[in-house]
Amino acid sequence: MGRKLLLEHINVPGINTFDVYRSKGGYAAVEKALKTLTPDEVVEEVKKSGLRGRGGAGFPTGMKWSFLAKPEGVERYLVCNADESEPGTFKDRYLMTHIPHLLIEGMIVASFALGAKTSYIYVRGEMMPQIRILERAIAEAKAKGFLGKNILGTDYSLELYVQPGGGAYICGEETALLESLEGKRGNPRIKPPFPAIAGLYGCPTVVNNVESIAAVVPIINDGGDEYAKLGIGRSTGTKLISAGGNLKNPGVYEIDLGLPVEEFLYSDEYCGGIANGKRLKAVVAGGSSVPILPANLFLKTINGEGRLMSYESLSDGGFVSGTMMGSGGFIAYDEDQCIVRNTWNFARFYHHESCGQCSPCREGTGWMEKVLHRLEYGHGKMSDMDLLVDVSKKIEGNTICPLGDAAAWPVASAIRHFRDEFEWHVTDSASATTRNYGIAHYADPLPKVEAAV
Amino acid sequence: MLSVQNTDMPVTFTPELISKFADVVSRYPEGKQKSALLPILHLVQAELGWVSAPAMDKVAEYLDIQPIEVYEVASFYTMYFLKPQGKYMLEVCRTGPCEIVGATPIMNHIEAKLGVKEGEVTTDGLFSWRGVECLAACGFGPVLQIGPEYTFYEKLTNESVDALISDLTAKANN
Ligand SMILES: Cc1cc2nc3c(=O)[nH]c(=O)nc-3n(C[C@H](O)[C@H](O)[C@H](O)COP(=O)(O)O)c2cc1C
Ligand code: SF4
Ligand code: FES
Repeated sequence: MGRKLLLEHINVPGINTFDVYRSKGGYAAVEKALKTLTPDEVVEEVKKSGLRGRGGAGFPTGMKWSFLAKPEGVERYLVCNADESEPGTFKDRYLMTHIPHLLIEGMIVASFALGAKTSYIYVRGEMMPQIRILERAIAEAKAKGFLGKNILGTDYSLELYVQPGGGAYICGEETALLESLEGKRGNPRIKPPFPAIAGLYGCPTVVNNVESIAAVVPIINDGGDEYAKLGIGRSTGTKLISAGGNLKNPGVYEIDLGLPVEEFLYSDEYCGGIANGKRLKAVVAGGSSVPILPANLFLKTINGEGRLMSYESLSDGGFVSGTMMGSGGFIAYDEDQCIVRNTWNFARFYHHESCGQCSPCREGTGWMEKVLHRLEYGHGKMSDMDLLVDVSKKIEGNTICPLGDAAAWPVASAIRHFRDEFEWHVTDSASATTRNYGIAHYADPLPKVEAAV
Repeated sequence: MLSVQNTDMPVTFTPELISKFADVVSRYPEGKQKSALLPILHLVQAELGWVSAPAMDKVAEYLDIQPIEVYEVASFYTMYFLKPQGKYMLEVCRTGPCEIVGATPIMNHIEAKLGVKEGEVTTDGLFSWRGVECLAACGFGPVLQIGPEYTFYEKLTNESVDALISDLTAKANN
């Protein structure tokens, strides 16, 4: 069993209160950072840890922090991204609900490192209960001298606020989030300038995911080098995986990066296998935006090696035969699920959530939704699959923000790996509206490919 | 996207509500009070059940911004109701992971049980329902939430939905 860094105390009764959290060693990272380290030394530890952003893109956190511009006399901001709206992802909500002080502690240490005097946690508006939990935790921390003026008697002062969103997936994109925090529509900004130069109110800003910020706590407590010993290769440390879909034990798990996917999926310590004794058909490994893989390609790479839960192993094979770690939103599909219906559902989601600024995204997602709808409802044509791939290619890379890509990839990958199922919806549309295609060969062992790349 | 529904019903904000607005505004730097717009619209909706045009005009006045700046925000985000809804708005997640564990049958059940279509209000004014996108609880689906506190209900079944509707009806009639 892997070491837990974030969720170690999650089952301790009362861990959501300051006193219990503190009794378990909580806020030691704040004491250590503020009293014994300089801000640059904190950044250095995070760099050494190899921590990669847990919000989806996997960009090294320490490096992001070191890019922050520090012009004299200009405020700098840290904004925590707690918008968590990527379908399949529910780890941040879990962390904030059960162990809110871990996020608050991480925010204090990270704000200190960046020299921010005011920081915000942008939480999606639907998470009103979590907003209340965080506000209570902030008030407790402030009452104990860990927030506000001259924290722990040092000359560092910090105010921390929670900001609710208004219900829009796009506000998870960091520049849309900043627009929203400024009281505007969530339209992503054209980059550059990057937030590190001009972010909130035009000031240098770092935006980090909840889990990234929480991970700073064990990194400071144990040292970046210790953290980097966990995991595998450039996938250091632990990762929260939120596992849903047709699983026996859905939930949030903290894994050491590098855990074999087979173990994650089938061992009772984690997902416990597929619910109701069914077989696995497909997996979306990192949230709805990453390519979907059939069971066989998910469990083993095209070279026949067992896949691992790491950034590198999940993306092994590129988009031809691999996928991505993304946000850690793991969705398992059993033999009864329809890939066409699921792809339509996701296309509908992206069309609904497109902010509408770029025509390839606004129009393309609408087209994909329409075509997938007609395929699912038995009115599709054989040419529709090529049409979908064509539309997805026209969106990909041609938009202001990555939502366009996120909408294109699930469609392109579903057709790449499950084309026969899409074709069946056309050739036997009468059956396709009353039953599902089933597992087909998607779970069969892969033929051994020699010298594949 | 919804259009802003006009109404002549005048709106007054209570002193308690205004003091909540002021508390929100104090979180931002001088001159950046527009940042308070989303939180304030949530407060208005919690108080009035929806955000009407006169309410938005008053918010604009309070924040010293143009009314259009409020309308364009309120109509962009899905959480703000631009027309009156039932006292209890059941918002069911309809996205992929919930769909594969039964979101559509739950929505069909709610529609039949309440006898109103998505977005409509029951004749007693108590209930509305609609499908919404992923609520970050995908392992516990199907799920629904009810504002303004966004109370959460997980692993829904037809029976648990029936019990919830009875409970809320009883609560409203007491
Ligand atoms: C459409 C879209 C939605 C996103 N949603 C989220 C989200 O809900 N939470 C999150 O942390 N990052 C999200 N991201 C990624 C952020 O833009 C950003 O990369 C991230 O917050 C950076 O934090 P990290 O470096 O700690 O991962 C999203 C990106 C896109 C393009
Ligand atoms: S890609 Fe889509 S969501 Fe992103 S800015 Fe363009 S229209 Fe908006
Ligand atoms: S898909 Fe329903 S909560 Fe995520």
